[in-house]
Amino acid sequence: MSQADVSQATDIAAAPSRRLTGGLFLPLVIFSCFAIIPLLTVFGAETYLLGLVTRVMIFAIAALALDLLVGYGALISFGHAAFIGIGAYAVGILASHGIGDVLISFPVALAASALFAWLTGIVCLRTKGVYFIMITLAFGQMIFFTASSLAPYGGDDGLTIHARNTIAGLKLLDNERVFYYFALLCLLGTYLLCRAIVASRFGRVFRGAKENATRMATLGFQVYRFQLVGYIIAGMMGGLSGFLLANATNFVSPAYMSWQRSGELLIMIILGGTGTLNGAIVGSAAFLLLEEWLSGFTEHWKMIFGPLLVLAVLFVPGGLGGIGAALMRRLRRG
Amino acid sequence: MAEPVLQLDSLSKNFGGLRVTDGVTLEIMPGEMHALIGPNGAGKTTLINQISGLLAPDEGRIFLAGRDVTQAEPYARATLGLARSFQITSVLPGFTALENVALAVQARSGSSYRFFGNAASERELVEPALAALSEVGLAARAHVVASQMSHGEKRALELAMALAMQPKLLLLDEPMAGTGPEETDKLVAVLGRLKDRFPMLLVEHDMQAVFALADRISVLIYGRILTTGMPDAVRDDPQVIAAYLGDETE
Amino acid sequence: MSTALFIVQTLNGLQLGVLLFLIAAGLTLVFGVMDFINLAHGVQYMLGAYLAVMFYALTGNFFFALLLALGAALLFGLLLEFVIFRHLYERNHLDHVIATFGIILFLNQGVKFVWGAAPLTLPIPEMFTGSVALMPGLLYPVWRLVVIGAGLAVAILLYVLVTQTRIGMLVRAGATNANMVSALGVDIRRLFMIVFGFGAMLAGFAGVMIAPILSVEPGMGDTILILAFVVIVIGGIGSIRGAFIAALLIGLVDTLGRSFAVDILRLFMASSTARTVGPAIASMLIYVLMALVLYFRPAGLFPAKGR
Repeated sequence: MSQADVSQATDIAAAPSRRLTGGLFLPLVIFSCFAIIPLLTVFGAETYLLGLVTRVMIFAIAALALDLLVGYGALISFGHAAFIGIGAYAVGILASHGIGDVLISFPVALAASALFAWLTGIVCLRTKGVYFIMITLAFGQMIFFTASSLAPYGGDDGLTIHARNTIAGLKLLDNERVFYYFALLCLLGTYLLCRAIVASRFGRVFRGAKENATRMATLGFQVYRFQLVGYIIAGMMGGLSGFLLANATNFVSPAYMSWQRSGELLIMIILGGTGTLNGAIVGSAAFLLLEEWLSGFTEHWKMIFGPLLVLAVLFVPGGLGGIGAALMRRLRRG
Repeated sequence: MAEPVLQLDSLSKNFGGLRVTDGVTLEIMPGEMHALIGPNGAGKTTLINQISGLLAPDEGRIFLAGRDVTQAEPYARATLGLARSFQITSVLPGFTALENVALAVQARSGSSYRFFGNAASERELVEPALAALSEVGLAARAHVVASQMSHGEKRALELAMALAMQPKLLLLDEPMAGTGPEETDKLVAVLGRLKDRFPMLLVEHDMQAVFALADRISVLIYGRILTTGMPDAVRDDPQVIAAYLGDETE
Repeated sequence: MSTALFIVQTLNGLQLGVLLFLIAAGLTLVFGVMDFINLAHGVQYMLGAYLAVMFYALTGNFFFALLLALGAALLFGLLLEFVIFRHLYERNHLDHVIATFGIILFLNQGVKFVWGAAPLTLPIPEMFTGSVALMPGLLYPVWRLVVIGAGLAVAILLYVLVTQTRIGMLVRAGATNANMVSALGVDIRRLFMIVFGFGAMLAGFAGVMIAPILSVEPGMGDTILILAFVVIVIGGIGSIRGAFIAALLIGLVDTLGRSFAVDILRLFMASSTARTVGPAIASMLIYVLMALVLYFRPAGLFPAKGR
């Protein structure tokens, strides 16, 4: 086997990473749009738009983490909102004790999420299929009820945070535009990290476990460990999302981690198409914008949204990503 | 007297009231190609599953190169050098052939807890993977997604993955199952070439392949080893003929 | 902590357990036989309650309301199965989750639309009002005893159906290996429909029986749904026996836990800490229990498909 053969094979082999996470075109478009939006609002649009898109970006971070688990690892977690809640409560609880700096609340949020992911992951990952879905749901409920009964931190009603986190003492995040770009930076970082993980050696094992876990074991991989590490990473990203959410709304409440929220995260990645990473971002935008738009019509907008979901599942299995991919194939065929 | 690569010591397994593996004692020596034959339902795949760790025996012990692996998990046995192929093709369908084999290489080659870098373009993974694919004649199909390969190609792919693990023992569970005559011949040729490099336990129904390749043959009937010996001796053994070979229509 | 209180709470725990069983039974069968995750099972329960309230307003009689509500719940369940669910059996679990989630959204909002958001009530039938003295000084509401009794009766009925009848045998076989049952020539579609309809009726029945005790409001099915999931996960998917044992276990642990957590904690720590930490720990109890069971038995206590 000549060196040329090996080089050629390596080049061809490297190409599939594009198949895994999509090309660079779409994310370039997406992030450019995100970057431009605050500039557009100079022309008179309300800060309402800024707040809305900030929310989109915050949930996109959690959705990316979930896509890593669901789309690439076949670990259908129905309790992902728990991590958003934990990250948010880290900020809130610290704030209620007078600690309000990013340099402390950010690592604490991540550490708390990692801890919860580790403790619950140890149990969850021993189960498979439906059992895994149910147990993640139940753990999510557990933390929800725990938060609801924490009377000193607001319990059911939630906790108001009087000011956003400072960065090393500077009140930089109080400016809506600065906060927006801070969130965008976090989203970009999360996205790039997810892309790297998927293409890495670790990602290969993680994805291999989705394809055929028995096979992976007989090749010599301790699948459980790899899945646990992936689960913790995804949990930490969820914690980041919660950290940003608490700062965005100046409020934390158990509702941030209700099972309905976990369900909504799953809807987001399905809408955008699982296993694409871009889909997670597109999906969260689609979901939140649709929610805003429909709730403008009627307070009973869920009666429209519910059936839409059912129809989407029945007739559009690949989500928007699927439609997008089909469209691209049509266009390429000319 | 060399140490056996694999040693089974009075291995037994019950499923409810059915004794599927009945006091199996077996040794595979270094450099040996050992075939395991027997009628359907004799318990061959169950035995392989116990050796590779997917099933726990009720009694008895398993030694891999002298180490007691009876309680060891499948991944641990793989790390110790046990490679297997499956009776029902078990590859990673969404990965290309090269990626499949590269994963097998990756299990042996440094830490997999690397979160950066493009694993697909790592030379230290691609090179051995291509070599293994060439051994089984699949080098030209390296970039085909496994789910789109023919049945025979997938069987060869399984073999390539096993080879890439640089095994101390190859467990092959009916590699020729469902392959046509051309692909069977190819596989037999490949196995013939590999015979000298790796000790193998080959479970097969294809009697031509078995008698062409095996150094020793064990016959499994109703979970028990009826006899173990050289191919000619087994072929002529009246007990074996009565229990199995006589009814063999191949 | 008095003996009387303990007995009352144990009975309450049994009542919750029996209720959970009624809901979990249908859920575990649908999972076991059709491998279908039905989040909408909780709204079946809610619908049962709402339908009972509606039929009571029309007929003025609890028992007519119960029968009509059961019938309507059955019809609705079959409608859902026929129109939507049967197209989803072949799909993956994530699709099941999303689709049934959509149905929950629709129905939770729908009942708000039709009946308003304010909680409704259903009066206890005349002959079962009041309390009975189980022990001197220990009064317990008759209706709660009726609920316990009804639940146990259904459990026995289910046991007989599943173990002694032909259809029960098919259901048990289907829970173990649906493809095999189909390959044997059984009309698997009809079996699915029957299993689903029956499960829907059980959930509706639970809703009707609990309506006089709890308030009937939108979203009442959601929390109990998750409890039901914990039940079937602990009991083992596809197993009625598992569902029964797990349901009673959860009902008792949850009820007794909530009642006595603070008191038990007071034995170890200061009263004020106990009162803060107690409720939090009480609400976590059943999930910790579930985690323990699943750690040692990842497929539950009595999984239909075996270990």
